[in-house]
Amino acid sequence: MSADTHGHAGHHHGHGHDHGHDAPHSTRGGYITGFLLSVVLTAIPFGIVMGGWIADTRVAVAICAALAMVQIVVHMIYFLHMNSKSEQGWTLMALIFTAIIVVIALTGSLWVMYNMNLNMMPGMASGAGM
Amino acid sequence: MSDTLIKMIFGRLSLESLPLHEPIVVATFAGVALGGIALVGALTYFRLWGYLWKEWFTTVDHKRIGIMYMVLGLVMLLRGFADAIMMRLQQSMAFGANEGYLNAHHYDQIFTAHGVIMIFFVAMPFVTGLMNFVVPLQIGARDVSFPFLNNFSFWMTAAGAALVMASLFIGEFARTGWLAMAPLSGLDYSPDVGVDYYIWALQIAGVGTLLSGVNLVATIVKMRAPGMGLMKMPVFTWTALATNILIVAAFPVLTAVLAMLSLDRYVGTQFFTNTGGGNPMMYVNMIWIWGHPEVYILILPAFGIFSEVTSTFSGKRLFGYTSMVYAVLVITILSYLVWLHHFFTMGSGASVNSFFGITTMIISIPTGAKIFNWLFTMYKGRIRFELPMMWTIAFMLTFVIGGMTGVLLAVPPADFVLHNSLFLVAHFHNVIIGGVLFGLFAGINYWWPKAFGFKLDKKWGLVSFWCWVVGFWVAFTPLYVLGLMGVTRRLRHFEDPSLQIWFVVAAIGAAIIAVGIAAFLLQIFVSIRNREALKDESGDPWNARTLEWATSSPPPAYNFAFTPIIHDLDAWYDMKAKKAERPVTGYLPIHMPSNTGAGIILAGFSLVCGFAMIWYIWWLAAASFLGLIVMAIAHTFNYDRDFYITAEEVTETENARTQVLARLGA
Repeated sequence: MSADTHGHAGHHHGHGHDHGHDAPHSTRGGYITGFLLSVVLTAIPFGIVMGGWIADTRVAVAICAALAMVQIVVHMIYFLHMNSKSEQGWTLMALIFTAIIVVIALTGSLWVMYNMNLNMMPGMASGAGM
Repeated sequence: MSDTLIKMIFGRLSLESLPLHEPIVVATFAGVALGGIALVGALTYFRLWGYLWKEWFTTVDHKRIGIMYMVLGLVMLLRGFADAIMMRLQQSMAFGANEGYLNAHHYDQIFTAHGVIMIFFVAMPFVTGLMNFVVPLQIGARDVSFPFLNNFSFWMTAAGAALVMASLFIGEFARTGWLAMAPLSGLDYSPDVGVDYYIWALQIAGVGTLLSGVNLVATIVKMRAPGMGLMKMPVFTWTALATNILIVAAFPVLTAVLAMLSLDRYVGTQFFTNTGGGNPMMYVNMIWIWGHPEVYILILPAFGIFSEVTSTFSGKRLFGYTSMVYAVLVITILSYLVWLHHFFTMGSGASVNSFFGITTMIISIPTGAKIFNWLFTMYKGRIRFELPMMWTIAFMLTFVIGGMTGVLLAVPPADFVLHNSLFLVAHFHNVIIGGVLFGLFAGINYWWPKAFGFKLDKKWGLVSFWCWVVGFWVAFTPLYVLGLMGVTRRLRHFEDPSLQIWFVVAAIGAAIIAVGIAAFLLQIFVSIRNREALKDESGDPWNARTLEWATSSPPPAYNFAFTPIIHDLDAWYDMKAKKAERPVTGYLPIHMPSNTGAGIILAGFSLVCGFAMIWYIWWLAAASFLGLIVMAIAHTFNYDRDFYITAEEVTETENARTQVLARLGA
């Protein structure tokens, strides 16, 4: 609301509410590419799980996880129209920050909890293990 | 009526839920009820309800919302402090045969409520209130990015506070400590409503905190005045940006962990149970992933306040602005890498403990650098010992000690000795009171004239200051000693009579702090009474340096008639130095957001929904949740979102200001 009230301030650094001109415009081609990629990236893990294409569960899980990551990137680029320039780079910066925090929280927790589990008394590990 | 029907209507709520067997609570309730009736009566008698509703409760003005946050923080400070002094009294008398005056059931609720209230409903509203008030003014904006959201955030925080207060008189509060660690907070060990009050109060207030974080990040990123590049932003705005980024990144973790705890309690999942394959250690791990950034959420804005104050009252540009900014950013990231230092003793082993011990020590480096920046700012400055500066100096002396005991605790072997001891309690009070609270008092004394147009009384301010500083040391030095002697926290009763003297001293310290709080209230009262004598018409009573002092005090609803253009870091100082002419003609209509009652109504529905969930009143929970959704949708159809302040009105306001300035200048 008041972003508009502020609009008469004109063009200058830090004000991005003239948004649109630096964000990539959505095109039909972009959406179709994104859609097709998403379908493929969803179909493969679906097939892996339902069709049992890969016998080794750990490999199957790893492939599914990797494809999920790619899927996230596809969504961000084709559907959320993110690139390094949108919103003067703030979007990318926010994304990198988020990624750092998520990685810290996840790997940190796994590391901490793994070591916790390792140090459990032998009898207890099964009862209260992860 | 049959029992089932009553159960269906009232859930777990019954007459037995009222703590009539606790004389202290009954007396408190009587006092609160009488005070409340008197307040309601007075508001009705003076016909203030309409004024409050129109001008304050429904306001979307960031300045008024900021002030409401401060009022909320102050009210809750009194409640939190009442808890503190009850604990001090209990611990100073409960030795040997004397059981003290609090039973264990009540005492456990008190220490839990004290922690929860002081962090979530005192420190957070104070910090958010100051950021709300100051940041848009400092960056030359008319309001925050999302003014309605701001109002809604405030009322959600207030709704959370209301739930905590309700637990005092209806049912009970958690008896788990302020982080409600599992499995103690699970249904097996806490079957009562206490933990549910805790969960819903924090979840509802958490929505407010998160949204206000989003709001302020957007405001700072998007709405800075022309010319204010990132490295020309005032330090307080920088710290506000970092704090709100931390809020946006950290609070969802709290929300998630509390959501899992409520699933455990409500639908029988086993995330954090001991028996059903859950892992309570995961709760500890996750809540501290939020919990450690939280302490930086509180302290960073305080660092910003000290920076503004030091620079203003030393009459100098802040020493090492760039290093200050980088220190803030480094702290922002590092605060996510230290959480395990809260549970070294849980047993992750040497490699994990060393990693987190070292990161904890590293985080003290940028913090220490800041202390040097403030000292060098003061060096060769012309220091004026006004109240904000006094608080800043007391902070530097106090906080350094707290920081050092913190680094001591960061050494894992030392932590194994001191974990959960009163040494730890003394340490975090040392940094939270000596850092956050002193910062807030510096900020309140500093920005009060901007908010109300008159300064705060200095005499009572000094009384409050000395009582707080002396009281703090008298209250917490004994806890350091006791902690080193091995006394653990949260104890209600002691056997060893030789310890008693230390607790008596600590209780005396708490009494001195009580005088400090009373003096603070008196300071506000006396200042309001003497507001004519303390009046500041210039809008810049401290000869300050940043943009908020460029406008009148209190600022008009639109803050600045013309958006200022920034050329220098200390924008207002730069304008004064260049003798920039204040534009006196050519005013344009100003586009403003309209007030709306939607925020308070939505928060009201949330409050009812939370209360119903706590007491298992399912029909009411469903109804109020539905009301929440319907109201939220209905609000999107409210097209009366904005209005224009006419050019004539702006001209009138600004001409009055021009005349005042001319009179002052003559």
